[in-house]
Amino acid sequence: MTNLILSIDAGTIDWSRAQFALTAIYHWLFVPLTLGLAVIMGFAETIYYKKRTSFWKETTQFWQRLFGVNFAMGVATGIILEFEFGTNWSNYSWFVGDIFGAPLAIEGIVAFFMESTFVAVMFFGWKKVSAGFHLASTWLTGAGATISAWWILVANSWMQYPVGCNFNPDTMRNEMTSFFDVALSPFAIDKFCHTVISSWIIGAVFVVAVSCWFLLKKRHICMAVQSIRIAVVVGLFAALGAGLTGHKSGQTIAQVQPMKLAAMEALYEGGTEQGLKIVEGIEIPYGLSMMATNTLDGYVPGINNLLNGYIKNDGTIEPSADEKIQRGKIAIQALADYRKAKADDADEATLAEHLALLETNYQYFGYGYVKDKKDLIPPIFLNFWAFRIMVGLGCLFILFFGLIFILIYDIPYLSLICRRLLSAIGLLPETASDKASGADAMPQWLCWAAIIMVPLAYLASESGWLVAEFGRQPWTIQDMLPTWVAVSDLQSSSIITTFFIFLILFTTMLAIEINILIKQIKKGPAL
Amino acid sequence: MTKNGFWFRAFNLYYEGFRNMTLGKTLWVIVLIKLFIIFVILKIFFFPNYLDEHSTDGGESDYVANELIERAS
Repeated sequence: MTNLILSIDAGTIDWSRAQFALTAIYHWLFVPLTLGLAVIMGFAETIYYKKRTSFWKETTQFWQRLFGVNFAMGVATGIILEFEFGTNWSNYSWFVGDIFGAPLAIEGIVAFFMESTFVAVMFFGWKKVSAGFHLASTWLTGAGATISAWWILVANSWMQYPVGCNFNPDTMRNEMTSFFDVALSPFAIDKFCHTVISSWIIGAVFVVAVSCWFLLKKRHICMAVQSIRIAVVVGLFAALGAGLTGHKSGQTIAQVQPMKLAAMEALYEGGTEQGLKIVEGIEIPYGLSMMATNTLDGYVPGINNLLNGYIKNDGTIEPSADEKIQRGKIAIQALADYRKAKADDADEATLAEHLALLETNYQYFGYGYVKDKKDLIPPIFLNFWAFRIMVGLGCLFILFFGLIFILIYDIPYLSLICRRLLSAIGLLPETASDKASGADAMPQWLCWAAIIMVPLAYLASESGWLVAEFGRQPWTIQDMLPTWVAVSDLQSSSIITTFFIFLILFTTMLAIEINILIKQIKKGPAL
Repeated sequence: MTKNGFWFRAFNLYYEGFRNMTLGKTLWVIVLIKLFIIFVILKIFFFPNYLDEHSTDGGESDYVANELIERAS
């Protein structure tokens, strides 16, 4: 992309992006565990509320303690992203106006008031408030975190699918015309459902893994088994749900970000009846057409089609990249002419003429900055493999939770079939009983597999974000603002400095968190 | 503020909660150090508001307009 950069140092863009990615990836280590653990501790406390036994109280408090460690470590890590907007991405920050600011402000208020109130009751209120109020506070802590996630995802979704706004050439800002179009855009709804439900997988994997560690150590076995029983239901539901919501996201992306879909599939020449690649050379027939259009013969454009123009499924013509670039240039020139005319106190008719030209071509505004249409192609290798890692691991989680669910709940027939199959492939001793429940249902290798699943769950989650963010390159705001225009004219050396400060800070903080978390896990519940 | 009143009980919840913290004390120390680093060191010394520094007060739109128009040429 360096050939596109005019006065901006190429390093400034790359390091600004790298710094943002580092901060976002670090922030995303805490968020999904918060969202996932909130659900599981909510269920644990609900059982306590019904049974009122000290066992369930201690079990709930144990998971709440781990939730607290993660919550404390994650606090304010997202604020750094906002600092980066103001310093590294100042053109972007101004250009998006209040559309981006409003959801972030709501998120801040919700996070502060809702979470800080109910988190306090959850941790301090066991002997101070009624069991019902405490239970409500625990669920509302999770709800607060989830609502916060909603607003952040609304802001992100607007960048991927800008709706409910109008560009004001006088203020140079996009102004919100419909709050509901922004807050309830189909992209935001799909993203929220897929992101939150996949976060529950991380919470469930974490709880199953910690519980399996107790089983391996032969400590707190009853707590471990009961926790697995809760987590595996949440995990199985979430893994299946992530598949369904992912499918819905795929359809939305096919409509509003077809280049991202083409990059995910490394699809250069599109067509009807497109297969979904498992890896290069092996594909599921009709899979991509099904994923993108819900029909077996739906047309899916490839990268070359998107660059050269094509006829869409609804019969309308998608212009070529060259035409979009041309129209983008007209829009930018109209903006320049409008502002000059305004400064020169030109008459209303002249201003209206420039404005009309700008409005007609504004949907391709960002293309006016593109010098070579190849720069509209996102990184193919990264998108292709990040997507496969995410989906592949998602399928693995379905198998993983499905197997544990069948074994630990001793589901009639299915449990027997699984045990016989596992025996046949040597994963259970031939002498193993056909019936087992509780801790006996969890063979040692499965406990170790559960522990290995923790980094894999994070890998899947971060891969999802890689697809979302690399897939929309080169845009910071889809079709409106490419990265090399959004970035501030800073020296790359200053960004490199803060990048490495963050790297050291984040690594230290992560080491501290993992250390505290491991100590608390080893300590176990106060049973 | 009576002992059975809402405000006293709310205050007492936080007061006794903070006083009896064990693990929470360590976490709060870490959170406060982190907030200090983020808001005092990083924000002030490394993350100034770029537009405030490079444009006149109220002239942000002109600055951004120039940037967006110039970068297309």
